[in-house]
Amino acid sequence: MSELDNSIQVEKLVRNFKNLRAVDGIDLHVDPGEIYGFLGPNGAGKSTTVLMLTTLLPPTSGMARVAGHDVVRDGPKVRAAIGAALQEAALDPLLTGRDHLRLQATLQGIPRHERRSRCDELLERVGLADAADRKVRGYSGGMKRRLDLALALVHRPRIVFLDEPTTGLDIQSRTALWQEVARLARDEGVTVFLTTQYLEEADVLADRVGIIDHGRIVAEGTPAALKAEIGRPSIHARPVTDADGDRIVGVLERFGEPVAGGTRDIAVRLRDGTAGLAEVVRALDAESLAVVDLELRQPTLDDVFLAKTGRSLEGASDEEESATDTVARR
Amino acid sequence: MSTTLTSQVGAVARRSVTRTLRQPASAIPPLVFPVALLAVNAGGLKASTQLPGFPTDSFLAFALAVPFIQGALFSTMNAGTDLARDIQTGFLNRLSLTSIRGSALLAGQLAGIVALGLFQAMFYIAVGLIIGVDFQSGVGGILVLLVFAAGVSLGFGALGCFMALRTGSGEAIQGLFPLLFVFLFISSMNTPRDLIGVDWFRYAATANPVSYLIECVRSLIISGWDGEALALGFGVAAAIVLVSVPLSAWALRRRLAR
Repeated sequence: MSELDNSIQVEKLVRNFKNLRAVDGIDLHVDPGEIYGFLGPNGAGKSTTVLMLTTLLPPTSGMARVAGHDVVRDGPKVRAAIGAALQEAALDPLLTGRDHLRLQATLQGIPRHERRSRCDELLERVGLADAADRKVRGYSGGMKRRLDLALALVHRPRIVFLDEPTTGLDIQSRTALWQEVARLARDEGVTVFLTTQYLEEADVLADRVGIIDHGRIVAEGTPAALKAEIGRPSIHARPVTDADGDRIVGVLERFGEPVAGGTRDIAVRLRDGTAGLAEVVRALDAESLAVVDLELRQPTLDDVFLAKTGRSLEGASDEEESATDTVARR
Repeated sequence: MSTTLTSQVGAVARRSVTRTLRQPASAIPPLVFPVALLAVNAGGLKASTQLPGFPTDSFLAFALAVPFIQGALFSTMNAGTDLARDIQTGFLNRLSLTSIRGSALLAGQLAGIVALGLFQAMFYIAVGLIIGVDFQSGVGGILVLLVFAAGVSLGFGALGCFMALRTGSGEAIQGLFPLLFVFLFISSMNTPRDLIGVDWFRYAATANPVSYLIECVRSLIISGWDGEALALGFGVAAAIVLVSVPLSAWALRRRLAR
């Protein structure tokens, strides 16, 4: 395997925690320079997978090669090739941003004469130059995440693992981080393995997406290809009163099969695609049924998740506690 | 040791010292409480020096040995609590994802603890000199005392690291605090062992390794060069180091499991 191999290869990877199988025989391949989005609800096995791929957790069975090196046998070589920002930005509140970068640069073996310039460059790049000498306990969530990313990049890794990097961030911080991640892959050819529970994040950033549920990959492909599998759009109607609900269901079901529409909406996937929209409106009008809102939605990754698992990803995130992630972090 | 390894150990040690100095609530008690206890004991137990066979007429000089060991016990707690926090927050994972070796990681942690232990020892020596204690072993004895303090800090610090690595919980470490103080109080901290009148207490103090650590320091302060006390003290300190350092290295390997 080439020393410059930036790929990730996983075969039949399994991780058990006592009676729980957190990762259940997954296979995946990430090409060099690709942004791979690993999408799934809490407890699906995303973080456990990342911990195994970053050598922090030994697999129960299966094989994983990162940057051409086996994660079990060649841990030091894997660690030298990767950078990682794990689920919670693990920072020391008593150290400054610059202290963190200096420590990381030293531990990564950056030569002394390069450390200062590398730290300054990264602080500038993630927009923390002005806050570099402030203790991290005064940083906002977005600043901590950006510092976390900078720390992952100190030694110019060929592969970067980002475990839910934007969870809890406001939209501005999230967008800034997306831009930096996209730039990494585009300009520097870094392979990015990104876990997320945000559909939009996977959709916007990822070249390919793997959807994981209960430790198994249930779908994989480009966001466009996955959505194309679902194919047809859905129509979502919100009744004026709950009393009209059953009648609206009856009308809509003439045009397609029901799908989950959220707490208040009634939704069906249109049998005839967008061409069926006008018919739906006419049918509702003919029955004198008023709606507050009527929306045609193109398939989303949530629809893909729903089609593959029978559940909505956004709902699943709330339902499932990350038991495996907690165990994995010990 | 290679330059990179030295730099790595130094960087981890520097971080350990920096974070201690930046949290006064952690840095000050190991300095102030032992001195406060020294002042209280010296005031209340001054009459002990009238006992036949008491080795000195200055109780302050006699009791000055205690802060060195008490400070090291505080260091154990702080080192363990800090490392447990690193485990809980994932900072240890961050460090272990770098190219640092496990041995360097542990050496760095322990070097930071030893540096702080030496600083504490110098503080207690300064306090002793200020209050007029005459170090019978002279400047050479003070240097030996510093070496001894470094060894004790290393031993107790490694013990703290071991407990942190095994439990991963700062609360569990704090829960051991009373136990460590039992070792301190059931020792010869306030009375020479041969003058302890209560049999069970004398036996317990004789069996308690902390007694020998205190007596080693004490001998350098009030007796000069006492070969037996030094041998016993250094022997106990070495035994603690020889047990606790490999234990903490083993616990780190288990914890990282990488």
